[in-house]
Amino acid sequence: MAGFWKPHRVGMAVVALGLVALAVIYGRWEWLANPKYQMLFVKGIWLSIWLTVVTMCVGMVLAIPIGLAQAVGPWYLAAPARVFCTVIRGTPLLMQIWLLYYGLGSLFPGTWVQKSDLWPILRQAWPYAVVALSLSVAGYEGEVLRGAFKSVPHGQLEAAKAMGIPRFTLFRRIWLPQALQRVLPTIGGETVLQLKSTPLVSTITIMETYAVAGRIRQDTFIIYEPLLLLAVIYMCLTGLIVLLFRWFEAQTPSRTA
Amino acid sequence: MKKILLATAAALALGTAALAEPVKIGVAAEPYPPFTSPDASGNWVGWEVDFMVAICKQAAIECVITPTAWDGIIPALTSGQIDVIMSSMSITAERAKTIDFSDKYYNTPAMIVTAKGSGITADPAGLTGKIIGVQVATTHEAYTQKYFAPVAAEVKTYQTLDEHNQDLAAGRVDAVMGDSIAMDAFLKSEAGMACCEAVGAVADDAEILGAGVGFGLRKGDPLLATLNEAIKAIRADGTYDAISKPYFDFDIYGK
Repeated sequence: MAGFWKPHRVGMAVVALGLVALAVIYGRWEWLANPKYQMLFVKGIWLSIWLTVVTMCVGMVLAIPIGLAQAVGPWYLAAPARVFCTVIRGTPLLMQIWLLYYGLGSLFPGTWVQKSDLWPILRQAWPYAVVALSLSVAGYEGEVLRGAFKSVPHGQLEAAKAMGIPRFTLFRRIWLPQALQRVLPTIGGETVLQLKSTPLVSTITIMETYAVAGRIRQDTFIIYEPLLLLAVIYMCLTGLIVLLFRWFEAQTPSRTA
Repeated sequence: MKKILLATAAALALGTAALAEPVKIGVAAEPYPPFTSPDASGNWVGWEVDFMVAICKQAAIECVITPTAWDGIIPALTSGQIDVIMSSMSITAERAKTIDFSDKYYNTPAMIVTAKGSGITADPAGLTGKIIGVQVATTHEAYTQKYFAPVAAEVKTYQTLDEHNQDLAAGRVDAVMGDSIAMDAFLKSEAGMACCEAVGAVADDAEILGAGVGFGLRKGDPLLATLNEAIKAIRADGTYDAISKPYFDFDIYGK
């Protein structure tokens, strides 16, 4: 611990504390005492976390077959997977969200969908947000996993086949774990990016953290203070994700050549 | 090169001396017909634009329209990016804490629009258990929060009028609340005619819905008196009515 407090670090810490003190002294923070805004922030943060976790999980589950299809699949599976990744990665996420929410949503009026049992869910905004964000993850991670599957040494797979290990067991015990382990740091980074993609869904009426800060700005005309709080919140969440993935990485012993 | 620079500098200096800086009139960057909307070639047109031209002529000031995002229009004014807000902004006590308002230049009621045959009425009883869409940070939102939020299933806030109208057409919200003129324009459009109908104006609450629409200015800006005089003058000489006639078949100045 003594080694941590080098002169330049002490200097940086003083500057950081000074900035925080300036923000606290000269900023207008009275809105923070309003229970309405506190509740909104708690709900918003929960929604941001929920969206990040759920869409990362759903996206990864979709990304595994997409990556596999591209890495070793026959052309009729590989080609659609490649087209999907190219389209998802080649267009803005905001546009995808709006196409799903306003575009797809405008097709429903007067059709059977509006009379079905699904309508109470489909008329809300979150299903569109979850689908759009998950597809985005699937597109990016599908590409990442393609490389990961290819990078597992072919000899291991051949050896496993020679041992008579069934195909699915081979995939589950040998191929997938090694592929995932190789891209774990990348996925950690992508999760942080995903967290910071979630504010886009505030444009389709979902009150996540960013939308809450926007709402406070619109109610009180105070601009910078909610944004500063927003920055702190996202930094804390990012820190949590980084720690979580460090822990994941520590769980899987790896041998470096 | 140096000469040109000097000449330019001199011209600029003279220019500023002879002509005051043009007054930057902030309008919300989203179309809000028939008040402010960009036409096919990107010029701002509408009643409010015609009205502004008349006011600026009357007050002998040079005005330029500066499109600004609606949700940041008050900060844009206080930080000096624009000099006047002219964006159908209702005069309210809450806003008057931050900015000054001119006298009102029009006042129209707020109305509820729903899907055709919904049976919803424009009062808390009619909206009980319904999902209501409203533009964020407007008097209509404040009104909805006070009167309808306690009984409604949900109040959804949108950045623009177009977005909540689209969600009304898509059936995602049961009702929207908006200014009668803006909603009228939507109901006359193809999409609006197909899906929706007005079910009436909401009960008045001057404290929330405000005392009409006025120009917004920075606190203590001397331009305020000039604008108020100009409004009075064009009301008196018939210019106001002449401007309004092509747009509305009733007096939008209100009572």
